Amino acid sequence: MAMQGMRNEYGKYIVELANKNKNIVALEADLKESTQSIQFQRAYPERYVEVGIAEQNMVGIAAGLSLAGKIPIAHSFACFISMRSCEQVRTTIAYPNLNVKFLVTHGGISTGTAGTTHHAIEDIAIMRSIPNMTVLVPGDVAEMKQVVEAAFKHNGPVYIRLGAGDAWDIYTEKDKFEIGKATEIRSGNDATIITTGIMMYEGMQAADILKKEHGLNVRVLQMASVKPLDEISVQKAAEETGKIITVEEHNLLGGLGGAVCEVVAEQGNAKVKRIGINDKFCGVGSATCLMEEEGLTIKKIVDEVVNLCGGKL
Amino acid sequence: MDKSKIKELKKLSAQARHAMVDMLICAGCGHPGGAMSSVDMMTALFFDQLKIDPKNPDWDERDRFILSKGHSSIGLYAVMHFRGFFDKETLLTFRQDNSILGGHPDMHKVPGVEMSTGSLGHGLSVGIGLALAAKMDKKDYKTYVLMGDGETQEGSIWEAAMSAAHYKLDNLIGIVDRNMIQIDGRTEDVMDLEPYVEKWKAFGWNVVEIDGHDFEQILPTLKKIPFESGKPSLIISNTVKGKGISFMEDTHKWHGGGLKGEDAEVAKKEAAVLIKEHE
Repeated sequence: MAMQGMRNEYGKYIVELANKNKNIVALEADLKESTQSIQFQRAYPERYVEVGIAEQNMVGIAAGLSLAGKIPIAHSFACFISMRSCEQVRTTIAYPNLNVKFLVTHGGISTGTAGTTHHAIEDIAIMRSIPNMTVLVPGDVAEMKQVVEAAFKHNGPVYIRLGAGDAWDIYTEKDKFEIGKATEIRSGNDATIITTGIMMYEGMQAADILKKEHGLNVRVLQMASVKPLDEISVQKAAEETGKIITVEEHNLLGGLGGAVCEVVAEQGNAKVKRIGINDKFCGVGSATCLMEEEGLTIKKIVDEVVNLCGGKL
Repeated sequence: MDKSKIKELKKLSAQARHAMVDMLICAGCGHPGGAMSSVDMMTALFFDQLKIDPKNPDWDERDRFILSKGHSSIGLYAVMHFRGFFDKETLLTFRQDNSILGGHPDMHKVPGVEMSTGSLGHGLSVGIGLALAAKMDKKDYKTYVLMGDGETQEGSIWEAAMSAAHYKLDNLIGIVDRNMIQIDGRTEDVMDLEPYVEKWKAFGWNVVEIDGHDFEQILPTLKKIPFESGKPSLIISNTVKGKGISFMEDTHKWHGGGLKGEDAEVAKKEAAVLIKEHE
């Protein structure tokens, strides 16, 4: 297995898409090296709008470009797009259902030592509560490319959330991303681990350990499409496995775990355990250190699955 | 100066004010103050300045108009009705159940409305996007954004103002309806905007100040756009809040509110007199 830099690969890929579609324009709010939109700027400076440190204005400008037939993709950190310019996203993009894409990086706690100001543990909850908004959180480079491509095929606003770090390659040739569909990474009927973003790796590793060490066949569903959620797959997991563990680099409130619980509570009959950030601001630490503190680890997932399956640790 | 044109515009704005009174009576609510103050400017834009076609509202080459102060929808709807975008029957459904004409304009419901607006401080950025797209595509259309003066207390307006100058958007025209009043009182008491002209100039705009009720000033000013090549143009349109209906004039009390009882009778009479004056 290998790891790749998601942001760098995104930067390359958006240029590929821009080569094919001249209506794609990019916007940036002074983070072009961090988001890697710099690659778009180098390729198409005349289709690139730098707004400086002014996210609200960036989102409004994206709306105007969209009205004129462009397909804008606005870049910044997850915390800034989802919170500083939240009302512009809601009222001036989502309400008129404009065809604007947001590519945010540094979602979750992956900025690590930058500290709490630059973490984003609320953004999925905020974005998924906005009507017309699609929320996509890819977990590796192959999935990210399919997510970005699907976002441009979709007519309407899309929030695409990347982390800051590298991601393990997990997708195989057969794995296909589709908006509103989960990707089954491992099959099994003893329990289901539902992941989003880079937690796909921890979920898959946990399933492999559970099989090897505990003889449990655990299904792993990567839910890059947090909204629309693949409700049918969640319902099937509830019916067929009876136990669901959600894993996300996000607050426990309102994110993937919340979305899954909404479906299970209304439609299914399963026990759900959510793993995520326990409604607290995380402090200073490397991404690895913070992930361990918050229990976003393979070990924690294994323990929770074993507990749900009867506690045979 | 085309005297007959000015006479026609005066008549049209009187008709628009008359229609607005009817709408305020039918709906029992609305935002008359800022609509009455900006309706002369909107009349000049829709009947003389904007390249638009009511029969083809999505015409690619049309000029773009954004009512950033979306609560003044009542004035926009009245003017658009007289310009031929929709009929009188529709106009009088303003703010009724299931009407296309809500308190704030919806681009997907009202033909000819360029952008859904209502939350203040958003429209200028949207106008910049449209103006940038015109530059990218080498198109000639111009983008006009009408703001309220109180609205420009929003920080996002100044983010936008800075970027319009940075991108040298001489195809963008900002118009501020400077009626000196916002919901909570006089702008200078609520949050001082002065020195106002200097602020816009400092942000890189070419600024012209006019009497926003005087078509003899409005028309030639609009004809001079862009005021300077390579710079966005700003018109500070000095107006009177509630202009045309005596008890609404120059008070924050009629920023919002519908008409009923004696107020409705007085407003109807005054609007009828306005029409008669300009027949």
